[in-house]
Amino acid sequence: MNRKHLSIRTVVAIGIGTAIVFLLKRWVSIPSGVPNTNIDTSYGFLGFAAVLFGPIAGLFMGFLGHALTDFTMYGMPWWSWVISTGFVGLGMGVLHNHLGIEDGMFTTKKMVLYNVWQVLINLIAWSLIAPMGDILIYAEPANKVFLQGFVSTITNSLSTGVIGTILLASYAATKLKKGSLRKED
Amino acid sequence: MNNNLFGYDHQNTWIHRLSGSSKLFFFLLVSIIAMVSYDTRFICLVLVLSLVLLQQSHIKWAQIRLVVKLIVAFSLLNLVMIYIFSPENGVAIYGTKHVIFGSGFYALTQEQLFYEINLALKYFVTVPLALIFLITTNPSEFAASLNRLGVSYRISYSVSLALRYIPDVQNDYQEISRAQQARGYEISKKGKLMARLTGAVHIIMPLIFTSIAKIDTISQAMELRRFGRNKKRSWYMQRPMTKNDDLVWVATIVIVIIGGWFFHIDGSRFFNPFK
Amino acid sequence: MSEQSGIKFDHVSFQYYSQAEPTLRDINLTINAGEKVLIVGPSGSGKSTLGNLINGIIPHNYRGDLTGTVTVDGINVAQSSVFDLSLKVGTVLQNANDQFVGLTMAEDMAFGMENDDTPVPEMHQRVNQWADYLNLKDHLTQAPQSLSGGQKQRVAMGDVLIDEGDIMLFDEPLAALDPATGYQTIKLIDQLHSEFKMTVVIIEHRLEEVLTQSVDRLIVLNDGQIVANDTPDAILKSDVMQKLGLREPLYIEALKAANVDLNQVTHLDDVEQLAAPHLEQQLAKLATGDPKQPHAASQPLLSIQNLKFGFADQQPLFKDLNLTINQGDHLALVGQNGIGKSTLSKLITGFLTPNRGQISLNGQPLMNDSIKERADHIGYVMQDPDKMISQVLVKAEVGLGLKLRGVSDAEIESRVNAILKICGLYPYRNWPIAALSFGQKKRVTIASILILEPAVIILDEPTAGQDFRHYTEMMQFLTQLNRQGTTLITITHDMHLMLEYANRTVVLGNQGILADTNPVAVLSDTDLCQQADLRPTSLYQLATRFNLNPQTFTDLVIESELGGASHE
Repeated sequence: MNRKHLSIRTVVAIGIGTAIVFLLKRWVSIPSGVPNTNIDTSYGFLGFAAVLFGPIAGLFMGFLGHALTDFTMYGMPWWSWVISTGFVGLGMGVLHNHLGIEDGMFTTKKMVLYNVWQVLINLIAWSLIAPMGDILIYAEPANKVFLQGFVSTITNSLSTGVIGTILLASYAATKLKKGSLRKED
Repeated sequence: MNNNLFGYDHQNTWIHRLSGSSKLFFFLLVSIIAMVSYDTRFICLVLVLSLVLLQQSHIKWAQIRLVVKLIVAFSLLNLVMIYIFSPENGVAIYGTKHVIFGSGFYALTQEQLFYEINLALKYFVTVPLALIFLITTNPSEFAASLNRLGVSYRISYSVSLALRYIPDVQNDYQEISRAQQARGYEISKKGKLMARLTGAVHIIMPLIFTSIAKIDTISQAMELRRFGRNKKRSWYMQRPMTKNDDLVWVATIVIVIIGGWFFHIDGSRFFNPFK
Repeated sequence: MSEQSGIKFDHVSFQYYSQAEPTLRDINLTINAGEKVLIVGPSGSGKSTLGNLINGIIPHNYRGDLTGTVTVDGINVAQSSVFDLSLKVGTVLQNANDQFVGLTMAEDMAFGMENDDTPVPEMHQRVNQWADYLNLKDHLTQAPQSLSGGQKQRVAMGDVLIDEGDIMLFDEPLAALDPATGYQTIKLIDQLHSEFKMTVVIIEHRLEEVLTQSVDRLIVLNDGQIVANDTPDAILKSDVMQKLGLREPLYIEALKAANVDLNQVTHLDDVEQLAAPHLEQQLAKLATGDPKQPHAASQPLLSIQNLKFGFADQQPLFKDLNLTINQGDHLALVGQNGIGKSTLSKLITGFLTPNRGQISLNGQPLMNDSIKERADHIGYVMQDPDKMISQVLVKAEVGLGLKLRGVSDAEIESRVNAILKICGLYPYRNWPIAALSFGQKKRVTIASILILEPAVIILDEPTAGQDFRHYTEMMQFLTQLNRQGTTLITITHDMHLMLEYANRTVVLGNQGILADTNPVAVLSDTDLCQQADLRPTSLYQLATRFNLNPQTFTDLVIESELGGASHE
């Protein structure tokens, strides 16, 4: 494979990942219990897929998936938040080489690393990049956008954390070696 | 019709006949400058232009009704929230304070009203531009257009693949989620938050894992047809550039220059009538 | 053509990086230019690996040890690349939907040319030319979601034909097709072979269909080695196929049932031409036995009345459908692709809501029950087990339905164990599902439905993608469930399955039921078959050739075959 270019597998992963982010953003959100606040399941998938396919794939899945959703729903992407979703994909993709999910091991240590990292990434994305973008692009008042950012940090961390962890653990379990299994009577 | 995720309407106006890359170029640059600018005169100019183009591309109200309603609802909510959180944001921006009525923190000022009107205009101005692009451009041209604007063909093809597989993924999701409901899983308001989250994972998990399993098959099929072999690739659906396309490119640059010129006159992003 | 053209394997062995044993061992094989060969073998015999060595996917994309040399048109595969080889060898993969990467048919056919940076006008001209040849011209702007299985298959062929290479490689081209479409595909392959003098390599286990057109050579693989390499006629006469558990065409089973000595038969590979001394008398003798008695009608269980349904903006699929399914039925639901077989089962399970009509079980109306409540009585098993599985361990997956219905842990444990024993999965109860074979996974999904003790189970293509041995195991398992009282509805394209295992067939056609009768009668009715895109089996052809009653004849052959199977 050529190192300078994206591999075909990455290109396909971005395409399929974008389609899934789109579907989850559009159709699958969970009521959080607080009125008008839903938990967006796409961040759980994005955390998982970025770890699986790396930062570049994560960046583009997040960015394109969010942009396509906004396009089809509102006719217009809300760029500051679209960029933040791309950042979450990028940031979570950094763990690609550190977690080694493909070899079938998702230990407690890796789980803690994943979760500490995801809280940090979500905090930067939603409490910093998104509100700053709103201020810069739309000149919205700071206290409003930072409160919105704070709420999103919580809901998106919940999604990336709970859904992403379960997906990673289940995926790692599918990679188990056959040699380790014995039939029981 | 096919591929109708974005409401593409197959017609034959001069806007439909433009190359997708010209329309994308116009849409991106004009919406960026309109988003950055807070000059009421410039935004109104772009708004009028985009409404004329909307009419020129024979788009009917029924095609855009839903999107417009959503954006109105979204804008109203946002405008009210901004007033609640920061009723003096306009005063801070424009540097003067003319109270219309009321008193204290929530007094309605001309500055705040003007600021929020500008904001509303900004929310609206890019919507017709985006709708024109989506409704008059065949989705099959998206990837080619991105590539022509300088995005690498690999990323451009990812977009095409996403459009190709979204309907498949949606169908799979419906089938899978109902099969999981039959087992007893539900996304409902009942139960604790954690239970709802884990329930949702198990509904979407089969979809995610089967989709990921497809990635290798699709990659193999693409490699067997030489994707990634050359530095360049051509696009079956790419339209040739015409004179009209050249005009659109020139017009785009002119609009951006006008927007920049308004910055220059105002001395900032904001047009300030209170000075 | 030069002497070097064609495909040559010279002492080739290959071992995947992750495997302990070589998948192919010392393969020596020459496929001459212009030849048409068929490669068969049980699952895991190495047939797909052999195919991937021809198009270069191995060794270029899979890590492993390759010894010996594979030469294609004089080029050493290991020293070439997948890209360069693809211009010589066109590969049509198993799943036509997954290799469809374009947004529309025309773009998909142009995909290879786009990657070669071909000028746009030339692409349009070549796409038009091949679409015309493949009879796809009216569908150029259609998305894959709106094409039928057969059309997608033809697009997949167009994708590679457009490169105008000399060699075509088909990896299980019939896997996702109904019998009539499968037959048309095989005919089209034959046409390409004779019209363009192409070298054709087909990897496929559905011999009944493939052998409807002549094949130059049959190569049988087992356990990584070539165990037979001869004309189809010679191999069918030997007992190789039977020994490896591979399915022979049905007419050969009929000849065997009639005690015909296969060595005396000429043209054994062609049901329309085969001949032998006393053949007619021997077959006639077989056809005079008494066919089994039809099932006595039993209690009505599930009844569908005045059902009307259509998707938004589309013609209604059902206008006024009435059907009663009886306790203990094993009903086969057949009909062409897209006619509404899956839709009907989704209406029954509550996944979809009808525009009008009643569905009731044991006289109790179901229309107000939720999906979950209906699932307590009616189970639905999807074609792809991976789409149903949401837990890691076998035990957890099977017990899930009970857990979500609030059953106590102790009761779950005992019921799960009991079901796992019935399904032959008890030794694997603590395994991750990912470690199971496809057939075992399928059984896990059936077990997880069965545990809710439904009165009816609907199965969508329960044997798709499985070889004959796994197919037989699965069907024997289902038959056992059926005998224990579970009513089964099987949606299938597989006419063998319908003939052997179902006691009743419902044929769906435009807007309703075309026929509701016993399986043999369906296939004996030529008009009905044509209308529903079913294809009579080779038994029917054989019977007609010798003026026997096709219905009685088929019945007796199937009976004798099942009898044989139970003595094993």
